[in-house]
Amino acid sequence: MSEQNTAVQERTEQVTQKTVRFEILRQDTAESEPYWESFEIEYRPNMNVISGLMEIQRNPVNADGKETTPVSWEMVCLEEVCGACSMVINGRPRQSCTALVDQFEQPIKLEPMKTFPVVRDLVVDRNVMFDSLKKIKAWVPIDGTYDLGEGPRMPERKRQWAYELSKCMTCGVCLEACPNVNDQTNFIGPALISQVRLFNTHPTGAMNKDERLAALMSDGGIAECGNSQNCVVSCPKGIPLTTSIAAMNRATSVQMFKNFFGSDHMVD
Amino acid sequence: MLRESDFYIRRLHSLLGIIPVGLFLVQHLVINHFATRGPDAFNAASDFMGNLPFVLFLEWFIIYIPLMLHAFYGVYISFTFKSNVKKYGTFRNWMFFWQRVTGVFLVVFIAWHIWETRIAKALGAEVNYDMMNDILSSPFMLAFYIAGVIAATFHLSNGLWGFLVTWGIAQSPRSQQIVGYITIGVFLILSVIGVQALLAFI
Repeated sequence: MSEQNTAVQERTEQVTQKTVRFEILRQDTAESEPYWESFEIEYRPNMNVISGLMEIQRNPVNADGKETTPVSWEMVCLEEVCGACSMVINGRPRQSCTALVDQFEQPIKLEPMKTFPVVRDLVVDRNVMFDSLKKIKAWVPIDGTYDLGEGPRMPERKRQWAYELSKCMTCGVCLEACPNVNDQTNFIGPALISQVRLFNTHPTGAMNKDERLAALMSDGGIAECGNSQNCVVSCPKGIPLTTSIAAMNRATSVQMFKNFFGSDHMVD
Repeated sequence: MLRESDFYIRRLHSLLGIIPVGLFLVQHLVINHFATRGPDAFNAASDFMGNLPFVLFLEWFIIYIPLMLHAFYGVYISFTFKSNVKKYGTFRNWMFFWQRVTGVFLVVFIAWHIWETRIAKALGAEVNYDMMNDILSSPFMLAFYIAGVIAATFHLSNGLWGFLVTWGIAQSPRSQQIVGYITIGVFLILSVIGVQALLAFI
């Protein structure tokens, strides 16, 4: 009886004090074993996951009252345009800056995006995506031995949807959500396929479109997509990734025949 | 080397699933449906199919070789994904998951089915109504065959959706949705045809 009373008392205290409980999957070095650590911090109105992490950094004491090392994470813009603070929150990857504590069930579980190599705690190394961007030539080449002048004009209505694709911040959330991006495949991921569509849509970029398609048709390219369509569900920027993938599926289908039979229409 | 040609193998895998394997499945289920008209009708149809001119050539090039390529590469695909249907319980993610599960199950089912019928025939047994009647008289085998037929019709219908997306025919979200509804229809129709035929053997 008395024990039950204490439990009730504790719960009311918790409610009146209003705390936020975080459970964080921590890892000290890239090679060491991950472990869970809980933190209980004071609730403030409108707080997001990052302000919680900042609080832990200020006073690195875990829920058992033991002093511990501060939790590491990455952040830059704090307005969901850089992608640096991406992590897995309550099982789903997203940016922690726009993850408001009020919207989550407690305890809030934070994990690194383990699709990428973990550097420390919530920090991951997303370099593989930048290597893939180089592989698919995600740029518009404009250098020449003389002034090439202005490029062709882009139709306004095309620019409007291409702008949506350009919102990609290489955050890695769609790679984390994709069942086919893992250590058994070399799949470059949905975001990269959409980038090929973006640069192949650009009128000057289209002058090298066969090179980008060739990258998509090599190891780890578009063929690894299994159409689970998690990417379009998870994308924080609402990029129509599955439409981009299907569009590049068509483009690579056509390119395959051009490559095989030969064509004068490689870039148009 | 295999990795570099992955794109072409995957496209071939997608194509073979429809032509000829998918078409063969439809034909097979339709021929089976003769059983609903009685043992004689089925025996006549089965006799006709089993004695087509160049039957060995047709079997190898329209069924065995494409089926084996599709099946063995499919098994490889099935073991290179990490399911996350618990996190993303969307319709498409479940379809993605079941496509792989049914694929692996079908390798087992079809291997058993070929052993029991085609290889038995090569070893001297006669493929006819009585043979199927005998096999399906066991409730376990009947359940196994119903599961096999439904797995096959599902795998084909969902594979048809995947084929249309993989080759870039269905591109926009709306077209993919419409193709989705059509393939659900294909699944239901083929399942009814297939299961009706099975039940006619009892």
